Amino acid sequence: MIRLRALDRKMLRELWRLRGQLLSIGLVVATAVTTLVTMRGTYEALVRARGEYYRDYRLADVWSSLERAPNSLESRLENIAGVADVETRVTWYATLDLPWLEAPGQGLFVSVPESGRAEVDDIMVRIGRYVRPGRANEVMVSEAFFLANGLVLGDTIRAVLNGVRRDMEVVGAAISPTHSYSVPPGALYPDDERYGLFWMSEAVLGPNLDMEDGFNEVAVTLAPGANEVAVIRELDRILDPYGGLGAYGREDQLSYKILNDELESNRTMGTAFPMVFLGVAAFLLNLVLGRLISTQRTEIGSLKAIGYTNREVGLHFLSYSVAAVGLGTLLGALGGVWAGDAMVGQYEEYFKLPTLQYRLSWSLVLIGGGISLLAAVLGGSGAVRRATRLAPAEAMRPEPPARFAPGIVERAGVGEVVSTGTRLILRNLERRPVRAALSSLGVAFSVAILVIGMFMFDGIDLMMDLQFRVAQREDLTVAFNRELGIDVRHELARVPGVTSVEPFVMIPARLRSGHREREIPITGLEVDGRLRRIVSEDGRVHPLPMSGLVLSRMLADRLDVSRGDTVTVVALTGLRQTELYPVTDIVDDLLGVAAYLNVNELRRLTREGLRASGAFLLTDGVRDEDVNAELKRAPAVASVVSPATMLESFQDQLDDSLLIAVFFIVGFASVISVAVIYNGTRIALSERGRELASLRVLGFTRREVATLLFGEQAVITIFAIPIGWGIGYGLAYLVVQALASETYRIPLVVSMQTYTWTTAITLVAAAASAALVRRRLDRMDLIAVLKTRE
Amino acid sequence: MSPEVVVRARNLSKVYEMGEVEVRALRDVDLDLYSGELAVLLGASGSGKSTLLNIVGGLDRPTSGTLHYHDRDLSEADDEELTMYRRRHVGFVFQLYNLIPSLTARENVSLVSEIASNPMTPEEALTLVGLGDRLDHFPAQLSGGEQQRVAIARAVTKQPDVLLCDEPTGALDAETGKLVLGVIDQVNRETGTTTAIITHNVAIGGLGDRVIRMSSGEIADITINEKRADLAGISW
Repeated sequence: MIRLRALDRKMLRELWRLRGQLLSIGLVVATAVTTLVTMRGTYEALVRARGEYYRDYRLADVWSSLERAPNSLESRLENIAGVADVETRVTWYATLDLPWLEAPGQGLFVSVPESGRAEVDDIMVRIGRYVRPGRANEVMVSEAFFLANGLVLGDTIRAVLNGVRRDMEVVGAAISPTHSYSVPPGALYPDDERYGLFWMSEAVLGPNLDMEDGFNEVAVTLAPGANEVAVIRELDRILDPYGGLGAYGREDQLSYKILNDELESNRTMGTAFPMVFLGVAAFLLNLVLGRLISTQRTEIGSLKAIGYTNREVGLHFLSYSVAAVGLGTLLGALGGVWAGDAMVGQYEEYFKLPTLQYRLSWSLVLIGGGISLLAAVLGGSGAVRRATRLAPAEAMRPEPPARFAPGIVERAGVGEVVSTGTRLILRNLERRPVRAALSSLGVAFSVAILVIGMFMFDGIDLMMDLQFRVAQREDLTVAFNRELGIDVRHELARVPGVTSVEPFVMIPARLRSGHREREIPITGLEVDGRLRRIVSEDGRVHPLPMSGLVLSRMLADRLDVSRGDTVTVVALTGLRQTELYPVTDIVDDLLGVAAYLNVNELRRLTREGLRASGAFLLTDGVRDEDVNAELKRAPAVASVVSPATMLESFQDQLDDSLLIAVFFIVGFASVISVAVIYNGTRIALSERGRELASLRVLGFTRREVATLLFGEQAVITIFAIPIGWGIGYGLAYLVVQALASETYRIPLVVSMQTYTWTTAITLVAAAASAALVRRRLDRMDLIAVLKTRE
Repeated sequence: MSPEVVVRARNLSKVYEMGEVEVRALRDVDLDLYSGELAVLLGASGSGKSTLLNIVGGLDRPTSGTLHYHDRDLSEADDEELTMYRRRHVGFVFQLYNLIPSLTARENVSLVSEIASNPMTPEEALTLVGLGDRLDHFPAQLSGGEQQRVAIARAVTKQPDVLLCDEPTGALDAETGKLVLGVIDQVNRETGTTTAIITHNVAIGGLGDRVIRMSSGEIADITINEKRADLAGISW
């Protein structure tokens, strides 16, 4: 049997006696460790899984679309210096006739080698099998489309390919890193019911599209150490005669970019949130353990008096810190395993990374625990040092009566109207202003964490509101599968149920300023258009200028241009004209990045008459089904998107993931509030037990005494709330900056509702803490308390 | 042959800053404690006797003056040296016992015996003070007198060279107080430990070999008792 020293026994019993306080401190550590292990661990899991996915399915490094080139060109492409493998293929948008849907669907058809697998941009078959050689009607569909439409293997899908209806048999469902994020053309978000990928044998697809012995898309991988820019330049040079639309690397590939952006914000959140939590935990450990040990001043004196060294006393009291942090780290690791699994489970559905799996990272646990321990030891040792620095004779003596002076109440001359109780509370606060301020700061941090947990809802609400109620005012967006003459507006207007039509043009282009360039479609809008408007985050509608470009702020920053600068625009279709346009306006928009031109100006670039790539429609809301059916029948219609549906799917997706995050954050912030307020009150009780007992002896009721004790905490809490709002707003600003990506920018708004909720949660946490301490206060043994420290 | 001097203090002064007030607790005090004697420091509250004892025991430092334990100069000793001095040579008994509430009687004594070089066992020490049957009681389960006897056991378990008792009966009724004094008296006689008792109770003075009277931070006079009084004859 291990023989415990008396000092160790004392430690164990004291730890047990202080279990409530140490547990609450431990929980703060646990929240920090859990956050770190979960968020950062999830990020690491995502990065790992992405790397494996890209490697296993050979994601290309550079892509280019073109109009048509003969297969014989492939050998020239293979000879480009730095190119490792080349895959040529045919891709084509086709309208889907899905009888179970109101609106027509759309599919991106992609050719795959008939035998063997693609050397670049392979797919992973998840359900069913790969297409077999010689079977003309077999198709594999994207898994998301397969699942969203409740398809089974053997189902038939009807598509209009190049004007011809074809029935195809679904033999498999697959995913691919190239299309991990598949968005219908013209839309911002996936619409898995109406839009999917269709992989068909190249032997079948090519001839169907008049692409026999030809291709219209190329994907290449780079050899190690290859110069991507040089390869892109060479590809562009070779493909230019074949209608090349400009080669681009991974940074400009949608699926890669979206996943990369997502991982970037995940990394930001996975670093920033744990840092905030660890910082707050460190602060609290320092504060609370310091105060806790300060209350042990007499015991420290006694131990020193009987011959224990400062080192022995110090280590003994530091055990409080170690116990709280150890317990917290352990709980945090356990919480991390659970939450990490849950979080990765969420992401699994979203990111579709085949090998995505959460693994508890012990190094993260150690980092979290280590930082907490450091803070705890610093906080604890400060207090131990203060206590051991005193001569034992002095440490054992009651502290000299504190210096009290007439307080602010008296100085303000309102002493007469304020009760003695209130005066006591205020004087106590005034006597230890630093401590009161630090306690307030502790509570303020929990308020701040609540703010950054909840404000995102406000930002997203505003973003949605601006996008779908102010900017996109159409009921339907129709995209054509090729450019049509402007007369199409009259045809659309004649569809029964359509009340208003505004055509738009969208052409692929390259924007250049100095050595910076960026490929992006230019959207041509009508100057007097009312359905689609350019809106900045402050809700202001930017009128489309008669001439010049309007750029998203993010795009302008990438090109390093400001208002008045000139941008070179190269059209990547038709005659590939180059024009110079001044930047007339830069807009702080929230979704995507865009470049807008007056549709007439765009004509100058394309040298074509008035054309339309699509149109915005208003409907009367009564005959929507008829409108959909009519549009579905039109062979030139590539897609029909309803902003309302987009809004819905976007919100569903965000709500799911955000709610979980908010649930955690509210829980964690509550733990912090309780830890600060509960410990603050408990310590105040042990510090002022005698004073409060004396008041009870003098005839104060329990209630009155409780008011004195809790009044101080109440003032601290009430001061903390606005401070927390301020800190929260600051942190929210940082979060918004860090999360800004080309996909979306959450605007910085904090609603009254958020402020109200954060206040309510903090007050509830404070009340719960008070209730816990109140039990102890009620049980206080008056005689015993008065007897000590005579 | 004159008895050996164990502790020698010269010109000790102590000034406290208490809040905004400066208190001169000791003024140029000279004091010797002789080997094996039982000295009683008598004085009213605030006369400086506790301050003197704390400095002699290494619990506090003088503002000025010198202190020697045998030949060792403790006047300039740092915290470490004073701790070792207390650990090896000094036993304390305080008016408020200063037991650790989370430890039993035996464990409170062990706290000291575990760090002493030549201790008696906690059981022996507690038996010496008549608490052999209360070993596993926590302070809260003991009467004031019993707690003070545990404190004495804790002080004597290391077999100290100097036993310093600060108002050991101050928180006790007369009957219990006499019991506690009896234990101290017995320890002094049986072990020959140099002992100093602080008290404001004049009646206790008779118990000592010497009575040192203090007033306003100075030693007013020192009386040598021809014969130490019997505890039975003392009453207050």
